[in-house]
Amino acid sequence: MSDIVHLTVDGKAIEAPPGTLLINAVKRAGIEIPAFCYYDGLKLQAACRMCLVEVEKTPKLQVACTLPVAEGMVVHTDTPTVHEARKGMVEFLLTNHPLDCPVCDKGGECELQDMTFRYGFGESRFLEQKQHIDEKQWSAVVYFDRPRCINCYRCIRVCDEGMGLTALGITNRGVLAEIIPNEHDHLNCDECGMCIDICPVGALTSGMYRYKTRPWEMKHVGTICTHCSNGCKTTLGVRNDEIIRGNNRDRSGLNGEFLCIKGRYAFDFTHHAERLQSPLVRRNGKLEAASWSEALAEVAKNWTAIKQRGGRFGVIGSTRTTNEENFFLQKFARQVLGTNNIDHHRSGDVPTLLDALSGRTDALATTADFYERKAVLIVGADLSQEQPFLAWQVRANVRHHNAHIYVATPGPVREDRVAAASVRYQEGGELASLENLREKLRAEPELVVAFGDAIQGDAVRQLVNFGDSLGVPVKYVALLDYSNSRGALDMGLLPHLGPGYHAVDTPGMSLAAMLADESLDALWVVGANPLGRHVLAASKPFVVVQDLFLTDTAEHAAVVFPAASAYEKSGTVTNLCGEVQRLEAAIKVAGTKPDLEIFGLLAREMGANLGIWQASKIFEEIRGSVRGYNIPLPILTTGGAAQTAALNGHVPAPPRAERIQAAHNTLFTSGSLGQFSRTLQVVLEAPGALYQGR
Amino acid sequence: MTFSPALEARFAKLLTIYPEGRQRSAVVPMLMYAQDEVGCVTRELVEEVARRCGVQPMQVDEVIGYYSMLHTKPLGKYHIQVCTNISCLLTGGEELYEHAKKTLGIGNKEVTPDGLFSLEEVECMGACSWAPAVEVNYDFHHHVTCEKLDRLIEDLRKLK
Repeated sequence: MSDIVHLTVDGKAIEAPPGTLLINAVKRAGIEIPAFCYYDGLKLQAACRMCLVEVEKTPKLQVACTLPVAEGMVVHTDTPTVHEARKGMVEFLLTNHPLDCPVCDKGGECELQDMTFRYGFGESRFLEQKQHIDEKQWSAVVYFDRPRCINCYRCIRVCDEGMGLTALGITNRGVLAEIIPNEHDHLNCDECGMCIDICPVGALTSGMYRYKTRPWEMKHVGTICTHCSNGCKTTLGVRNDEIIRGNNRDRSGLNGEFLCIKGRYAFDFTHHAERLQSPLVRRNGKLEAASWSEALAEVAKNWTAIKQRGGRFGVIGSTRTTNEENFFLQKFARQVLGTNNIDHHRSGDVPTLLDALSGRTDALATTADFYERKAVLIVGADLSQEQPFLAWQVRANVRHHNAHIYVATPGPVREDRVAAASVRYQEGGELASLENLREKLRAEPELVVAFGDAIQGDAVRQLVNFGDSLGVPVKYVALLDYSNSRGALDMGLLPHLGPGYHAVDTPGMSLAAMLADESLDALWVVGANPLGRHVLAASKPFVVVQDLFLTDTAEHAAVVFPAASAYEKSGTVTNLCGEVQRLEAAIKVAGTKPDLEIFGLLAREMGANLGIWQASKIFEEIRGSVRGYNIPLPILTTGGAAQTAALNGHVPAPPRAERIQAAHNTLFTSGSLGQFSRTLQVVLEAPGALYQGR
Repeated sequence: MTFSPALEARFAKLLTIYPEGRQRSAVVPMLMYAQDEVGCVTRELVEEVARRCGVQPMQVDEVIGYYSMLHTKPLGKYHIQVCTNISCLLTGGEELYEHAKKTLGIGNKEVTPDGLFSLEEVECMGACSWAPAVEVNYDFHHHVTCEKLDRLIEDLRKLK
């Protein structure tokens, strides 16, 4: 069989590999064949018949979306017969369509509108009464308007194949055919909204966006989701400094069009009524609103005094702030406050992994590897719940490449459905359980290993040894919690390691040690809520908090600064695979400041010179000084994801008493921030649970 | 859920007659056979068939919605199906259907109080040459007139 097939389309000679579908082959020649049901990456449906074309020596019109190219094929897409067929199809699709475009959410970005405009008939011969079915609400997120539906099956396929849920189906026939939810009158699903965004018409609409605005009235800002550590790009629709919707229909970013409920809808914390919009200073035991200058002066005065009398500082950084902010914060702590007592809420043992893989290249997995590699092993994580994008990649890998998935978890997970083999273990039996997979894994040509916090410390080294013993190339990733958990580690928010995992001279106290230290004089907490689950042992430390909300920790503070969220600042974040991406500020919330600016103002107030606090300048410093971060800027500035380089050198990791404890968020929780997202609170599935096999 | 040994044997065979990986093809015949034994397609049956054929219950629901001969509510002992498609319509199928409604005192897809009869207006059953046609359970009756239908119903009533 020849490697290339030659065909002629509208008089143009086209070449395509055998097996290419006609609808795709013509794109290279700049010819468009319209279609509704055909969707790249999903199974073929051939339901809408919009892509009919003429093929010579074939008596009837052919469906271009299921027709593979053939040698010598002669195709016509621009003949009166084809035009007539398209007009007929559009007229047919509109027989029961309500034509309520003026009030439809999809108006302006509707594929049916565009097709009718380009290929439609302009009038209808249909005089009968249109069939009407009332709109239905299936969940807080999903609404279904049957008359607008054109039965393209995209929603059904993306839910079944893409999400692995099969929460949508279709019942009845012909004019009565109707999409149905899995619980008959409502949905019980991930509430990811994939079905809504993939809908070519306004049949599926979201409870968050419906009737709020017109698409052309929004500014669209592509930034990185602030919730989990997968680093999905979410394109925020903004009007009047308010985020109205999130999606990624332009397939920008490493996630393509995938987003889970958090990336698509959980931006609503930005305008939560309890959002802090003014600094607070404790006076007579109560937190009261204060001006920025009062609050900054109060902090600088106390910190200077504590420093002068040789008091003990503790600094807890954030897993959602930018790399620039984390870098500046550790510099502030180490140079201005003179302490290595700096830490953050750790969720995965990246330092040990980097040390175990030191000197190797191609040993750290990227998010693309989950889609491209021939085998994936998941250890100790409910991937669909905790790392939704990686789970999406894995499902697509099975679908498109017949990849083999192996699962070792304490309970059932959704990946079991597509897994080549699954093993269950009791806590502590993680590594032992892998022995049951050894023979199968050895037979794989390559492997990606993703592991949760169940594997840490020495177990990480044992896991790498296990990988080495398989005799196949293995890539690893340590699963993490939040959008910049990886950046917090890389930037040195650690008591024993500075930026780039360089050892510090005298290691400071860890997060747990700081909280347990009875003689702690000052605690500075940036975008974290350690007192949500720990108690502070020191009786009267001077606590400063920077956050979006009055968290449990902020309630203990002497001074609280209202911080800007990730959607309100610029800078870079690093996802769990070490891919660096740029944040783009979408809105501004009155009264708040980005953490970087707060750090800068505090430094100035203390008379310290830490350099200019501009994200781009600090990133230059990071590129020059942090190992692995000398990444090409053009990738970042054009909105891409730049892979950090692997470390080549030892990462010192003194044995630690306390274990790393990840947050184990489900699809519907996101640490303290999740409590302030109405969307995450109102869906019936919330808060969800891990290891339920769904 | 378990079925009679005969039906179990039938199911076991069904799963082997399709090419590897196409066991979902057995969904429709399984539902048809099981419906006759169980009386109608119950929720339990949906889940059982889904499990045995390796599909999601939702996908079985789709099939039930699509095929009119799958019923989610119990039918009468004698399910009278009157065709009103073109050939039967031209030869009096519609009058026949109206007559059946009056005689039985029930409407489309309804069951008589004694549970003996149910009625359904159906699309073409491929008996155009002998139109108008009526199907009772799996038995065809050709060139049916109102009188013939009345007699048929009387006979069935006596048969019980």
